[in-house]
Amino acid sequence: MPAVKLIVNGKPVSADVDPRTLLVQFLRENLRLTGTHVGCDTSQCGACVVHVNGKAVKSCTMLVLTADGADVRTIESLATGEKLHPMQEAFRENHGLQCGFCTPGMIMTAVDIVRRKGNDLDEKTIREELEGNLCRCTGYHNIVKAIAAGAKAMAT
Amino acid sequence: MTATGIGAAVRRKEDFRFITGKGQYTDDITRPGETHAHFLRSPHARARIKSIDVEAAKAMPGVVAVLTGADLAEDKVGGLICGWMIHSKDGSPMKMAPHPAIANGTANYVGDPVAVVVAETLDLAEDAAEKIVVDYEVLPAVADPAKAQHKDVPQIHEVAPHNTIYQWHLGDHKATAEAIRQAKHVTKLHIVNNRLVPNAMEPRAAIGEYDAGNESFTLWNTTQNPHVARLVIAAFVGMAPEHKLRVIAPDVGGGFGSKIFIYPEEVVCLWAAKRAGRPVKWVADRSEAFIADAHGRDHVTNAEMAFDADGKITALKVKTIANIGAYMSTFSSSVPTYLYGTLLSGQYDIPHIYCEVDAVYTNTVPVDAYRGAGRPEATFVVERLVEVGARELGIDPAELRRKNFIRKFPHQTPVIMAYDAGDYEASLKRALELADYKGLAKRKRESERNGKLRGFGFSTYIEACGIAPSQAVGSLGAGVGLWESAEVRVNPTGSVEVLTGSHSHGQGHETTFAQLVSERLGIPIGNISIVHGDTDKVQFGMGTYGSRSGAVGMSAIVKALDKVEAKAKKVASHLLEAAENDIVFKDGKFTVAGTDKSAAWGDVALHAYIAHKFTGAQLEPGLKEGAFYDPTNFTFPAGCHLCEVEIDPETGNVTIANWVAVDDFGVVINPMIVEGQVHGGIAQGVGQALLEGVVYNADGQLVSGSFMDYTMPRADNLPTFTVGTTVTKCPGNPLGMKGCGEAGAIAAPAAVMNAITDAIGSENIAMPATPAAVWAAIAKHHKAHEAA
Repeated sequence: MPAVKLIVNGKPVSADVDPRTLLVQFLRENLRLTGTHVGCDTSQCGACVVHVNGKAVKSCTMLVLTADGADVRTIESLATGEKLHPMQEAFRENHGLQCGFCTPGMIMTAVDIVRRKGNDLDEKTIREELEGNLCRCTGYHNIVKAIAAGAKAMAT
Repeated sequence: MTATGIGAAVRRKEDFRFITGKGQYTDDITRPGETHAHFLRSPHARARIKSIDVEAAKAMPGVVAVLTGADLAEDKVGGLICGWMIHSKDGSPMKMAPHPAIANGTANYVGDPVAVVVAETLDLAEDAAEKIVVDYEVLPAVADPAKAQHKDVPQIHEVAPHNTIYQWHLGDHKATAEAIRQAKHVTKLHIVNNRLVPNAMEPRAAIGEYDAGNESFTLWNTTQNPHVARLVIAAFVGMAPEHKLRVIAPDVGGGFGSKIFIYPEEVVCLWAAKRAGRPVKWVADRSEAFIADAHGRDHVTNAEMAFDADGKITALKVKTIANIGAYMSTFSSSVPTYLYGTLLSGQYDIPHIYCEVDAVYTNTVPVDAYRGAGRPEATFVVERLVEVGARELGIDPAELRRKNFIRKFPHQTPVIMAYDAGDYEASLKRALELADYKGLAKRKRESERNGKLRGFGFSTYIEACGIAPSQAVGSLGAGVGLWESAEVRVNPTGSVEVLTGSHSHGQGHETTFAQLVSERLGIPIGNISIVHGDTDKVQFGMGTYGSRSGAVGMSAIVKALDKVEAKAKKVASHLLEAAENDIVFKDGKFTVAGTDKSAAWGDVALHAYIAHKFTGAQLEPGLKEGAFYDPTNFTFPAGCHLCEVEIDPETGNVTIANWVAVDDFGVVINPMIVEGQVHGGIAQGVGQALLEGVVYNADGQLVSGSFMDYTMPRADNLPTFTVGTTVTKCPGNPLGMKGCGEAGAIAAPAAVMNAITDAIGSENIAMPATPAAVWAAIAKHHKAHEAA
């Protein structure tokens, strides 16, 4: 079984893995970081979004071996202790979640949208940028509000 | 209204774990010694299983067990059932075919489980499943419900000739036929309510565990109703007696009805756990969910609405064929009957209604309740008929509705339902204002100038929810009661736990239920825990679906709180040395009337448990009370949804330019959560109208088998919504609540399709109104008009 070495949420990790292991499986099963979710098998839903070397990636569509040497951040890395990341806070403040299953992926995508598009996001941009994230509960209305608010809050 | 009481937009208590990735969904749970199950499913819609050879599979690395339908039958595990008896017109009972959890002898739909592999890892289980050799004799199949009853079509189950499960009816056949005969105008429509896959974002999952020492089972399951699952698995499947089966529904990622039912997979996980002597976990892949989760809708309807010379509706006749799929799922029989036919009066005073429903088997995935369950289908029929009727009669659609609204309450419809209270005119008026209906003509002209088509669609819906009065549904065939339970436990330190039979899988009960308790007891909302989802902790409850957790679940909490208050006053009377009748409880304080002698909630709670101020003969210690609440009637949320679309005739693309919803949900506990429910429901309704639709080919192969082919609504398919409420208090329950969870999904499809048909001037378009379908309808309409 080949070996893989990577940094996850700031901590170095190494393991021997079945080469078929997806990054999301490694995170959830080997590292017990179950905040990242699996919602589909065709790379559409976005529940598995994490950051790899600073960019949003669907961890279901990546083998862990290709993350060898990478810096991976999951939803669990956003808050510092009890202090929430402004995007997390915005989702709560704006009721941007109901069942919570798509939420970690939504938030990780949202943070990445801000990285790429800045802190002043309009509705059209947010809706287009969410093409890779499905939600069945909210109808997206409050998610869009949350992301706009979170983006602004991240500027301070 | 307090900052954390009834009516306040309290931010949700449960959010912290979800936004930090600390939720505990079923697949996040790992049991010691856990094995993984993978189901081998029939690739044929209908086939005789001549033999299954599992020897090679058993020999594969990491395999713990390979089990088939024959093994299941040998262990005398009972089959799955439909718990709602429906009788046909001729009095005969519905034809319920046996439904083993693993097919034994014949597979009846693509997806029907034929074997299960239990292994150390999922990969190893899947590898081994590939080594199972099944000798199938492929048989002709039928997938189209409109064809299922035809003469030359194969009979799927021995018990059901012509694949007919029941032929049900409701209403007055003769009076309706006569009224239609005498009508000035009759609007006729052929309507298909397209089959949908619920697709909650969390796939279904189950972990079965057997404790040999205690001879008891534990099931972790993505269920909306753990006690009902426990009851069915104990009493019908016979896996264990009820008191030896614990069912836990941890965090559940959405349900929309699809997680109500008792499915093969959880039964097999329990059974396999006992056989293997180790916990067995199963988690659906998304494409597996497409062939394993109950689908929704799938009606074919012919309907006629009769009008008199003034545009008053005089009769409605409906004939529906409802596709039940290959087996009868848990509530399947009720959806196209008592949750459908009984809503055909809509918001209108219709003197004569007759509805016939034939439920049929086909070789497709079983069909059961999906958000709205029967009421979206009814609303679509009624609102399309009214829309088309308005066009045919040359009457403004708002005006035609006003002419026909019910205005006197209570109103007894010809289809069982008696509406308690409502003001349909108020919602319509408010919605039209918010939607700037007056400016529509101008906006239509503007669109036309830009080469686009603009349309406006109404959906004035009513639904019946707050499911349901037990005796009433019992008399209609339900095998269970539909009351709800609550226990309020006050702790010695004054904090409170509410054990509720409801279950939250997105609805925010941990917050809204706490709001009720906070206001009633005058204690901080942070001192209240809402406990749900574990049959070891919570008394029997019926679960969450049918928009019942407010109207029924919270009413049970109110009753329990009444008892708590009464008992607490008794304790306070001893503590304050006053007569019980002189104790006043307000804002968390017990006061002796007319004095300044008082005791705080915390003191009274503590004294209930230390019992120093009274003897056992005077008063029982403790402060914990339970209640079961049985509703007196269904509740009737109603409202008006208005959809304005702009269509690009070059591409057929439909953009929703504006959406206004004005709903009457009675009293609202948390407006933020209610709006969220409406948003989500509208999105699902828009999905049905524009994007979604299950496609089977004639051989029963599921063509739309994953998110690649089944189009889910995305953020850029939807607008922001304008959502408002009017309030007529529900007279039927202590809080005056009607419920709001399904209304969006019920109202939306008709609003969208009415807008599209308004824009293109043609009725000849079916859901989903994809760009291709819209483009074709526009082209056809032009051609027809050129020819004329």
